Amino acid sequence: MAELAALTMPKLGLAMTEGQVAAWHRQEGEVVVAGEEIADIETPKITAAYESPAAGTLRRKVVEPGETVPVGALIGVLADPAAGEAEIDAFVAAWRERFAAASAAEAPAAPEPERVQTKFGPIQVLESGPEEGPPLVLIHGFGGDFLTFFLLQPLLAACYRTLSLDLPGHGGSTKTLPGADAAALAAVVGAVMSARGMQLAHLLGHSLGGAVALALAEREPERVSALTLVSPAGLGPEINADYIAGFIKARRPRELAALLATLFAGGESLITREMIEGVLRYKRLDGVAAALTAIAAANMPEGRQAGSFRHVLDDPARPAQIVWGRQDQIIPATHAEGLPAHVRVSIFEDAGHMAHMEKAADLARLLGA
Amino acid sequence: MGKKSFRQAINEALRQEMERDSRVVLMGEDVAGGAGAPGEDDAWGGPLGVTKGLMPRFGRERVLDTPITESAFIGAAAGAAATGLRPVADLMFVDFMGVCFDQIFNQAAKFRYMFGGKATTPLVIRTMYGAGFRAASQHSQCLYPIFTHIPGLKVAIPSSPYEAKGLMIQAIRDDDPVIFFEHKVMYDDEEEVPDEPYVIPFGEANFLREGEDVTIVALGRMVKFAVQASDSLAKEGVDCTVLDPRTTSPLDLVSILESVRETGRLVVIDEASPRCNMATDISAQVAEQAFDALKAPIRMVSPPHVPVPFSPSLEDEFLPSPEKIAAAVRSVMRVQARAA
Repeated sequence: MAELAALTMPKLGLAMTEGQVAAWHRQEGEVVVAGEEIADIETPKITAAYESPAAGTLRRKVVEPGETVPVGALIGVLADPAAGEAEIDAFVAAWRERFAAASAAEAPAAPEPERVQTKFGPIQVLESGPEEGPPLVLIHGFGGDFLTFFLLQPLLAACYRTLSLDLPGHGGSTKTLPGADAAALAAVVGAVMSARGMQLAHLLGHSLGGAVALALAEREPERVSALTLVSPAGLGPEINADYIAGFIKARRPRELAALLATLFAGGESLITREMIEGVLRYKRLDGVAAALTAIAAANMPEGRQAGSFRHVLDDPARPAQIVWGRQDQIIPATHAEGLPAHVRVSIFEDAGHMAHMEKAADLARLLGA
Repeated sequence: MGKKSFRQAINEALRQEMERDSRVVLMGEDVAGGAGAPGEDDAWGGPLGVTKGLMPRFGRERVLDTPITESAFIGAAAGAAATGLRPVADLMFVDFMGVCFDQIFNQAAKFRYMFGGKATTPLVIRTMYGAGFRAASQHSQCLYPIFTHIPGLKVAIPSSPYEAKGLMIQAIRDDDPVIFFEHKVMYDDEEEVPDEPYVIPFGEANFLREGEDVTIVALGRMVKFAVQASDSLAKEGVDCTVLDPRTTSPLDLVSILESVRETGRLVVIDEASPRCNMATDISAQVAEQAFDALKAPIRMVSPPHVPVPFSPSLEDEFLPSPEKIAAAVRSVMRVQARAA
């Protein structure tokens, strides 16, 4: 009997329960290799490439483009050309029966975001991973929220005790800022760590969150065990001021879509309607426009980054690594040059400003997860 | 954040604005219920329970049960707005608005203009509209075109719970009189609505779908129908833009024209009676300003020019539906097929 392999709807992030096959890139009868991108999967948050888990011939597309199915459902069948149509039919039928039975059983609950009360106001956090694992705090960038780690955090949670948070002025946290510069935001991260019993943590910061992580390492060095910085602010003067101003100003979905597309090497094809709507809704919340304007003014006055935290990386005792997408259009990857030798630098050729979304699995591997 | 009904979304907007600004007061028939009579306080919370819980929270000084005299309490609300409060008056059914047209058309709408810009009238009039509730001809009309016709008034027509909260907060913070239309069959519609206050600006259309073949403009309850039609048409290979103007005054004509210039086709859906309604108004403005961009005649989907029928089967037939909208879109697509 020929070997058959199931292609199933992947689970991209904690909250994903179903996904849509946006497009197939291979026809039935075509040979695919393991790891090849053979379809696009659309979730409410992002459109992601589906990599074939195995090699073989794509014999059957079970799900048509535009169709939405639950995570884990069969979307296609790989088999060698010797397999008969009847054999594939039987495989699909048996698979569906098993899946229906398995779905009836209770699925484990995904971790829920919580609100931590701090002296700076309520801060939304999402914790996941083993309690005894090494603590790791994820800090998002300008205009983002903890959900920008929705692909990365579950991977890291396999071995780290991870905590992602919404900075003040962002997501589900207070929209009142304690101050708008990286140091003021770092104080909030420190307060959340204390509230959650994390004296010491590995900080992973993206973009503005990178500067925040560096600021915390500068102010409270004894609380930062290691730094992973993804396209961080704080290492050089250049920044795409048009993006920042445009993000604050954009009100039309199309305007915002064009802007968000500059974040990804994959461009506009990765941007979903839900992603755009989510950003527009966030921007309408009371206090957000003022908070974003204040953060932009404090950290990027007159289109340049305000200060440099490069000296924070001088301490060879604290492991540090920098991750950048070569195609970053917001902060140039050249800011990763000229750092001390103990700082490990990884450049992803085919990623933009959002390597933690576009290259989540590779980034997790750099962290040993 | 969680799922909230249209009713809860408006209640939350009112509560948050009343907490934020002590000048915000509610008034209307049975907005609490039971004033001056023995029995349960807050028995009603408005005719369909939208203001329930606000009187116990803010007291009878700020949640005022009024006599059944629209002419009196709408006049009082306009005066209160002109002299420093920010009243939200509940006029129950828009069908009853006729008895207080003078207070709205000649007073509230004119204060800012006739006092040389020195007076503002931050008044909101909440009112129910629309058919499908088996409530017969006198309780089922749309009538927003009449208010759109009056310079000095703003008219908001939310199409979902999320829209309702953001537009209500904007209505309360706005310094001009706003007529706020709530479709009575939408109160139990549910969707994700943020707990925090937020504002949806007036005069800014919402793009629910972006396609290149046809522009569908729809208002209020019709927006959901238009989206349903658009999603079924997508399976036939027709890509629609669905645009909800959110407010008819101010009207985001810029977005409508921009979209029609891209698609070349316009279908306008309006639940209001077909003569002098928003469909005719939008169609006329597009025909005047973008006639050269049109590849097919503009189509309007509205009920027939008759009172809303009481017979359930006739009422269902009377209303626009996703099927009627899809048929109208197909008809403007066929024009191109013939021309090609």
